[in-house]
Amino acid sequence: MDNVLLTLVTFFPILGVILLLFVPNKQHDTIKGVSLIIAFITLLISILIYAAFDPLASGMQFEVNEPWVTSLGINYHLGIDGISLLLIALTTVLTILCVLASWRSIKHGVKGFYISLLMLTTGMIGVFCSLDLFLFYVFWEVMLIPMYFIIGVWGGPRRMYAAIKFVLFTMFGSLLMLVALLYIYFQYQAFSGEFTFDLMKIIAAPPLSFQEQLWLFGAFGLAFAIKVPLFPFHTWLPDAHVQAPTVGSVLLAGVLLKMGTYGFLRICIPVFPDATVAYLPYICILALIAIIYGALVSMVQRDIKSLVAFSSVSHMGFVMLGMFTLNLQGVEGSVLQMLNHGISTGALFLIVGMIYERRHTRMIEDFGGLAKVMPVFATFFMIFTLSSIGLPLTNGFVGEFLILLGAYKLNPVYAIVAASGVILAACYMLWMYQRVVFGKVTNPENQKLTDLTGRERLVLIPLVLLVFWIGVYPMPFLDRIEPAVKQTLTYVEAAQVVQNSNEFQPVETVALEPLTADDETEKQMDDHR
Amino acid sequence: MVPTSAYLILAIILFGIGTVGVLITRNMIVLFMSIEIMLNAANMVLIAFSKALNLVDGHVIVFLVLTIAAAEAAVGLAMIVMVYRNRETVNVDRFSLMKW
Amino acid sequence: MAEYLFLVPLFPLIGFLINGLLIGRLPKPLITLIGCGSVGLSLLLSCSLFFELKALAPEARQITQTLFTWISVGQSPDQFHVSIGYLLDPLSAVMILVVTGVGFLIHIYSIGYMAHDNGYGRYFAYMNLFTFAMLTLVLADNFLFLFVGWEGVGLCSYLLIGFWYEKKSASDAGKKAFIVNRIGDFGFLVGIFIIFWSVKSLDFMTVAARAPEVFVFGGSLVTAACLMLFLGATGKSAQLPLYIWLPDAMEGPTPVSALIHAATMVTAGVYLLARTNALFIMAPDALMVVAIIGALTALFAATIGLAQNDIKRVLAYSTVSQLGYMFLACGVAAFTAGIFHLMIHAFFKALLFLGAGSVIHAMSNEQDMRNMGGLKKYLPITFSTMFVATLTITGIPLFAGFFSKDEILWKAFSSGTNGAWYFWLIGFVTAGLTAFYMFRLVYLTFYGKERMDSKTKSHIHESPRTMTVPLMALAVLSAIGGFIGMPHIFGVTNYFEEWLSPVMSGPAHDMAEHALASGGHSATMEWLLMAASVVLVLVSIWMAYYFYRKNTQASTSLAEKFLGIKTTLENKYYVDEFYGAVVIRPVIYFSLFLWKFVDVILIDGTLNGLAKLWRDVSDALRYSQSGQLRSYATIFTVGVVLLIAWIVFGINHG
Repeated sequence: MDNVLLTLVTFFPILGVILLLFVPNKQHDTIKGVSLIIAFITLLISILIYAAFDPLASGMQFEVNEPWVTSLGINYHLGIDGISLLLIALTTVLTILCVLASWRSIKHGVKGFYISLLMLTTGMIGVFCSLDLFLFYVFWEVMLIPMYFIIGVWGGPRRMYAAIKFVLFTMFGSLLMLVALLYIYFQYQAFSGEFTFDLMKIIAAPPLSFQEQLWLFGAFGLAFAIKVPLFPFHTWLPDAHVQAPTVGSVLLAGVLLKMGTYGFLRICIPVFPDATVAYLPYICILALIAIIYGALVSMVQRDIKSLVAFSSVSHMGFVMLGMFTLNLQGVEGSVLQMLNHGISTGALFLIVGMIYERRHTRMIEDFGGLAKVMPVFATFFMIFTLSSIGLPLTNGFVGEFLILLGAYKLNPVYAIVAASGVILAACYMLWMYQRVVFGKVTNPENQKLTDLTGRERLVLIPLVLLVFWIGVYPMPFLDRIEPAVKQTLTYVEAAQVVQNSNEFQPVETVALEPLTADDETEKQMDDHR
Repeated sequence: MVPTSAYLILAIILFGIGTVGVLITRNMIVLFMSIEIMLNAANMVLIAFSKALNLVDGHVIVFLVLTIAAAEAAVGLAMIVMVYRNRETVNVDRFSLMKW
Repeated sequence: MAEYLFLVPLFPLIGFLINGLLIGRLPKPLITLIGCGSVGLSLLLSCSLFFELKALAPEARQITQTLFTWISVGQSPDQFHVSIGYLLDPLSAVMILVVTGVGFLIHIYSIGYMAHDNGYGRYFAYMNLFTFAMLTLVLADNFLFLFVGWEGVGLCSYLLIGFWYEKKSASDAGKKAFIVNRIGDFGFLVGIFIIFWSVKSLDFMTVAARAPEVFVFGGSLVTAACLMLFLGATGKSAQLPLYIWLPDAMEGPTPVSALIHAATMVTAGVYLLARTNALFIMAPDALMVVAIIGALTALFAATIGLAQNDIKRVLAYSTVSQLGYMFLACGVAAFTAGIFHLMIHAFFKALLFLGAGSVIHAMSNEQDMRNMGGLKKYLPITFSTMFVATLTITGIPLFAGFFSKDEILWKAFSSGTNGAWYFWLIGFVTAGLTAFYMFRLVYLTFYGKERMDSKTKSHIHESPRTMTVPLMALAVLSAIGGFIGMPHIFGVTNYFEEWLSPVMSGPAHDMAEHALASGGHSATMEWLLMAASVVLVLVSIWMAYYFYRKNTQASTSLAEKFLGIKTTLENKYYVDEFYGAVVIRPVIYFSLFLWKFVDVILIDGTLNGLAKLWRDVSDALRYSQSGQLRSYATIFTVGVVLLIAWIVFGINHG
């Protein structure tokens, strides 16, 4: 039973895609109904996984390891730890909310939209649970295509530009990743005589030489940094967010960005520990720039959506900073902050979508005084605004605080610079909130706005509950994150010791002497043929 | 006994005529005939070597080429007829749709 | 009873949840009952807890209660562990009594004041949320949980200042308060980081106990930690240079100003310093900064208070100035005196604000004192209670403020720190200014010609019972509250000092006593200084009387003579304009530069340029596709010839 759960949660949405293929184009309600049910069952499966997950055990759980393409050593290897567990749960929660949120806003191509949405879900969950690098790469690319369609078909006026920019940026990174992946594949073969993409085996093997690590970390890191996105690779994000339909923005911010940070945590840090330590100051500085830069640029945005998009740059900067503190506080905060960012920013995009549906504008200056006509909306908006600026007892605070605490341990200056980003966050969010919600209703079109419907409230309430749950009692989450983070940190500890001793001599190509004789390797090659 | 080089020189001359024909003519039928000349130049080389080396392979291939050339000529001429019916010309310079 | 400690903050939270979630669905009397009742229950519980604490032996006066683990990461020695836990000791007992007591009276007052407002339910929900946050702040047993309350009160302050959100000035003021407070919170956070990584705990008890082992007396680490905490305090308690939000905060409803911006929230900074006295006592340099900032703020704000015409703004600057006194007290290590003044100030300043609210209520929302006058006969209760408060704040002997303020002046004088004499002098001058602007307020409002228009005049009425009863209760407290903390020279026990002494002692204090020489001064000196300040106050009152009652022409001619000073004061030294020009606008322009130049032109421009380059290259290349069969054939032939040539000659020669 345990073994099929991951496969089930990953591929259940595909079942929905197949079902949808048989539904006629015109029957919108059936299409939506099927999608909703599929998303709901996926959510249930993920809850089941959450319940069955053992928070105390370290290492991977629910592992499945079946040969897939034997001749190339590719395995269907799935497995999750606490980090993936939470991200999968986040994905399934956001997916069902997205199905609900797009109920009325998608008017043309309904069938294609929901098929894309469900395929995207499979791609996202797959990335979070694959332990085979090839499988990881496949899912990584699979999720690109539905997102391309979601932005390009159902997006705003400049949707083609945004969609192509999104794909080109991501592809650029992921091709470099593919090359690096193959390099590791052949190096591992040279070392052990076995062709494999299995992440666990690669981690367990002696690390590559320092020089190799620097290059490979660079290739993987660039792919992930573009996805995060880290300054200066962030410029695709505002365009993609502004042009994407609400649901696209929610999943983009909520889940897709997390793939970048997840990749760093799952692949870069364990596989290239020495390079991680060597690159650490640079990444931290880029993260700090992202925090301050994103916040400052947010402040002068006129479009609510691009404001939230730039604030994502700032928040993801926090996540990156926390991750590269390489201490428990920082990394756990970082993982929790991934979750928090998904919840708060996802919710903010939903909120923006809701007023966009009513007014067909997202310009801040077109609004004002919404508190008067839409009090419930204003309340929800306030809660997510506060969560986004990290007020204590909301989710944002716990994550940001742990990140800053960890950063202080690494280098007080980092913590101080990052903490000033917290001040700026209050500036841009509250200023925007004031201009949208407070004041008198000046624009007559705003006068007749209706407050949130029952469906819209239903979408937002689970997120509000999560905001306060993580804010008030984050221990269930932290307990599950901790073993996984500890495990990850053990991989870099040795490298850190070397660095801390201040006599860091890069290890020259010692580790990669092939252990097996050449003829044996050839024999194996023959076997593969 | 005619030396092999003589056959080869003839083949080169034929091939040259065919090539120049392809390059300078505008009439599709002439162009088609030039291609046939080039084809036969190649056949000539095959036969020359086949005879010089006392191997039968070359002869076999030449037969194959001739057969295919016949089939090709049938299809090709049919196409040219169709083109003429539609456009009332067989001047290749008038057919430059496949550009940019 | 101790196991019900957590209920003290919980009652208002429940009140908030009920009123907040069922907004617009409850009848008004029920809202009132829940809003006031929840705080009332907290007050009752606080009183009983106080007596329970009092029954314990002085050293044992600590009740702690831990509800659950909030955040816990890692394992010892680096474990970060923070609980949702409460600590009731003499200090927090004083604070919860002040918060629930004054809070309850202000809730009652609000029934009358807010009766006709559309946002009645929302108002009480916010007020309850504030009470919850404030109680969390004072009852928290660790830094981080205190920070929860700290930010929570900031949030409520934001919501309540901007309560009338349709007014742009109100929502601006709320935002300003929140952001300026955030700057302070930034300092607080950094302070927390320093403390945690040094002590490996954020628990107040643990930090106080372990501070002497971990920190070097007067060392840079503890000084940095204290200065950072103090930065937090300057934000919350409106000290230089972050005081700018408090005067603007007067945009909120007047009871809010009374509760949040006079009695409770703004004093949180003083509470924080008193709570962490074990750290501050070890950092004399930080204390010196505290004292200097406190003294300067006291003087600075008092001078602005002289020239304000809005009745609430006078009181706001007065609050800033009085808070400066409290910090001065903390800065000379007289934490008890600071907390004592905090309590007394809560009484009289709440009373002054509520009185001002009553005046504004009667004057149909007029706040400008130039349009008031002669209200004494219309508002007898308001006048008499406010007069009591004025006597207290100016420090007329035997009123509560006299004891608390003179205690601070004396401690400053006798502290033995460098420049103690200057601290006393600044405090002394400020006392004179305080007396002047407070009596100016009284004369302009209650005496003299009735300067309001006839329409307003016809509406003037004394406030309803719900408003006057709290006024009277507070008047009694501000009149006699001082007797519990009389200085030693009166020959009676200083109950207040005795009560707080367990909190203000410990290993850190012992260490500090060794390091610092206490300046011994005689009782004669104390009497002398006391007499001097009383004389100064009386002279100031006479001056106020002269300028604003007896000879109003004199004040105008004086103002004309010193027009420059007057405009500068009226415009609050142009500090807001200064910040606008030096901080806000450059940041906005810099951000625009980042967005329009770095993002759009530099990064996107480069990438789009690359894309365009490729397109141009392809554009050029596509012309080679002419569509001419013969040109293709030519290229093909030439290619083949070249290829053959390369094979034949290239290989031979290469």
